[in-house]
Amino acid sequence: MDSRYQLDLTQVDLTMTGITTITSTVTASFLASFVEVVEAFTIILAVGLARGWRPALTGTVLALLVLGALILLLGPLLGLIPLHLLQFGIGVLLILFGMRWLRKAILRAAGYVGLHDEEKAFAAQADLLARQAADRRADFLAGTAAFKAVLLEGVEVVFIVIAVGAGRGLLGYASLGAAAACLLVLAIGFLVHRPLARVPENTLKFVVGVMLSSFGVFWTGEGLGANWPGADAALIAIALLFLVVSLLSVRLLRGAQTGRIGAASR
Amino acid sequence: MTALRTAIAELIGMFIDDGQLALTLVALIAIVTLLVKFAGIGGLAGGLLLLAGAIGLLVESVYRGARRKRAAD
Repeated sequence: MDSRYQLDLTQVDLTMTGITTITSTVTASFLASFVEVVEAFTIILAVGLARGWRPALTGTVLALLVLGALILLLGPLLGLIPLHLLQFGIGVLLILFGMRWLRKAILRAAGYVGLHDEEKAFAAQADLLARQAADRRADFLAGTAAFKAVLLEGVEVVFIVIAVGAGRGLLGYASLGAAAACLLVLAIGFLVHRPLARVPENTLKFVVGVMLSSFGVFWTGEGLGANWPGADAALIAIALLFLVVSLLSVRLLRGAQTGRIGAASR
Repeated sequence: MTALRTAIAELIGMFIDDGQLALTLVALIAIVTLLVKFAGIGGLAGGLLLLAGAIGLLVESVYRGARRKRAAD
């Protein structure tokens, strides 16, 4: 992989703006990965408890191997893309990805869309596995469920790490954030041995949506040649703007929703 | 083939939830790129236009989603 994508402290800008970028990169990667890993963990746990740990772990390990192969295959290609093109391309994808999360988080926070419930997801998966228990391929189906969950959520984690890290050569830091999230979810899961339903998932998605959308606009702007005032510190201003508008939208929509429910009950 | 179709659908689903929002965002980025490259508006002006447009489209999409939900209830 290109040397600009390695974790090399001697090459990292440790000025105030450098620290801002590193902090926001690690935070975005950690929080986004945390949400994804919690969702994958719920399915692995359901498979493990319903059908045993063999299919759960087989599916998980196979998915991690596929993810590792994807990273090994696609990783070196990043180094071949000119930086401004990489920033632009990743910026566009980040805008689409981040704003999708932010839109859903706003609608959920305002009460228009139901919150994601890990207990419910766990129960649904366990119920599906129970119905498949008589099938002679039950273990295979259970392993496939774990494989699919880890692969799909894992692809999102890989995308997030690349998206927040590659634009400034901070892939190492972004990977550290994602790895810390994986370890934390596994540690908590190992201790509580049940779905992590008390994680404030929508709040995390809200924050991550704001951060990823801001990264997206920032990178795309840089890819177009924008010299943002304050350099990397402009990222904070962009994030604050997204945050204020999103919170205002939640407040206004919540007011409308409350008024509607009140009028309906009269 | 089904697995491949599912994988592609999931991959697209990573970026697209509200199709209209995705489409208008791509159109916004394309217009801003054209303005920067061919109308000489400058990179920073392009970036600010992108920021304002993205926020506007987000608000429009959220309100449209809420209206649709109200109409469905």
